[in-house]
Amino acid sequence: MREWLRDREHMVRMGILFAGALAVFLVARAVMVPKDFGTYGHFRTGALADNMAHPLVFAGRQACGDCHDDIVASRKGSKHEQIGCEACHGALEAHASADDPSALKPKLPDVKTICLVCHRENVAKPAGFPQVDPKDHGDGGPCTSCHNPHHPEIS
Amino acid sequence: MESLLHSVQGYIYPDELQLQWSILIVLYPFITGLVAGAFILASLERVFNVEAVKPTYRLALLTALAFMIVAPLPLQLHLGHPERSFEMYLTPHTTSAMAMFGFVYLWYLMVVLVLEIWLDFRKDIVLMARASTGLKRMLYRAMALGSDNISERSLRIDDKVGKFITIVGIPSAILLHGYVGFIFGSVKANPWWSSALMPVVFIFSAMVSGIALVLLLYQFVSWYRRAAVDMPCLDTIARYLLYAFIIDFSLEMLDLVHRIYEADESFKTLDFMVHTKLYFSQIILQIIVGTLLPIGLLALVQLVKLTEQARRAIYGAAGLLTLVGIFAMRWNVVIGGQLFSKSLLGYTTYKMGLWTREGLLPAIILLILPFVILYMLVKLLPPWDKARGAEVPRAQG
Repeated sequence: MREWLRDREHMVRMGILFAGALAVFLVARAVMVPKDFGTYGHFRTGALADNMAHPLVFAGRQACGDCHDDIVASRKGSKHEQIGCEACHGALEAHASADDPSALKPKLPDVKTICLVCHRENVAKPAGFPQVDPKDHGDGGPCTSCHNPHHPEIS
Repeated sequence: MESLLHSVQGYIYPDELQLQWSILIVLYPFITGLVAGAFILASLERVFNVEAVKPTYRLALLTALAFMIVAPLPLQLHLGHPERSFEMYLTPHTTSAMAMFGFVYLWYLMVVLVLEIWLDFRKDIVLMARASTGLKRMLYRAMALGSDNISERSLRIDDKVGKFITIVGIPSAILLHGYVGFIFGSVKANPWWSSALMPVVFIFSAMVSGIALVLLLYQFVSWYRRAAVDMPCLDTIARYLLYAFIIDFSLEMLDLVHRIYEADESFKTLDFMVHTKLYFSQIILQIIVGTLLPIGLLALVQLVKLTEQARRAIYGAAGLLTLVGIFAMRWNVVIGGQLFSKSLLGYTTYKMGLWTREGLLPAIILLILPFVILYMLVKLLPPWDKARGAEVPRAQG
């Protein structure tokens, strides 16, 4: 046995080292993996609460409608009716939840550019979707000089 | 929001505005590819007894280790949260390809690379422990695990075990990089990624990049040491690079032809992207500069009789272009897959930060770091034949 071991001793030492490393891994795993890991799946359950604790930035269209019912009414029947207010006006939770919302008025979007985000001509868009080449369409002025962004159809 | 919208064309869902996977996630497959490629080149000598590439065997192994040590860093940096990002090693799971990382990484790093390098260098380590004093001696003694036995029988055992590990290592290297390709290929919601060919393309592109890196490093190291370059070795590596590259390119073209022929509902969107946003990185950098040009250069050497100096210059240029091409390929896969909307009707733009956590600077540092580690590894374990003393007996058969 001793004879057999003599030239394999270094291998045995490496084997012991690996076994030790495996033991360290298992101990580290037992100590470091959060206790609530895996309760509902392969994730830390506490991550849900962490995410819920993030401050809200979007108010949601219902919050907008609470005060701006005139705008909601003006959008009725328009192709823009279903677009969220914050898609153009930006995140408004700070404005909606402020004690004095008028003190935190959001900046109006730059209509010369924001309309083109959706309506610039692009071959990838369906043919029936209203799309324009700004060089050919309008007279170079803001889109709002002809279109009401809340009800853009020109009758 | 409004400023973000300006980088968008057409319809896009809100969570697609900003790219979640940055340049760091481009680096991850690039670096693991270099590891797998360098290791497979090293294995050629060991398993298939290709004598010609012997001078690069140990350099390739150390290169693979240096890059392997850095491979998880882009992921850690991308995850942020240093207090818990290491959990990815501790909570490996078989139900998710990404959660397999712990298994794949630890197996490859510890069982394959470290063990193989240790077995191959053990004689040198013992000899260096004998020849040095003080702290250095202690370090080498610790690396030899306190063993001083370099009898012929013990070395033969090392060689046998080493050969076995290399044989296990080849499928492991393929698994490592195939796995990285699988992560992308298995995302069925993304038509740019979802392809069964993805893991295979990743393996071959890994071999291409690893071989190119060793080709460059071997030339650079020889120049730095003022040592003669073994031209038959360099010619052989360059030939392997050409073969691997041709297979890799054919597979990529097969994927392309398949997509064009199939022309499913995503095809127009992807085609538009390749001709606009990805035109420079895909058509120019990846295909023309990074694939066709190096393949042409390497093929030229096979067809025309050139002087040694000309061949070396060509190998250097082809190696560099190859690395650029493979990096561009990783870029096009990772970034390209996030530039179009799942609506297939819109596109976004990738804005890379400069000094940010996931910006260009950390990426550059992460690309330099493996070379610093390699420098230290080479100082610690010189891979040159001269440093090896008497020839190590090799097991027969």
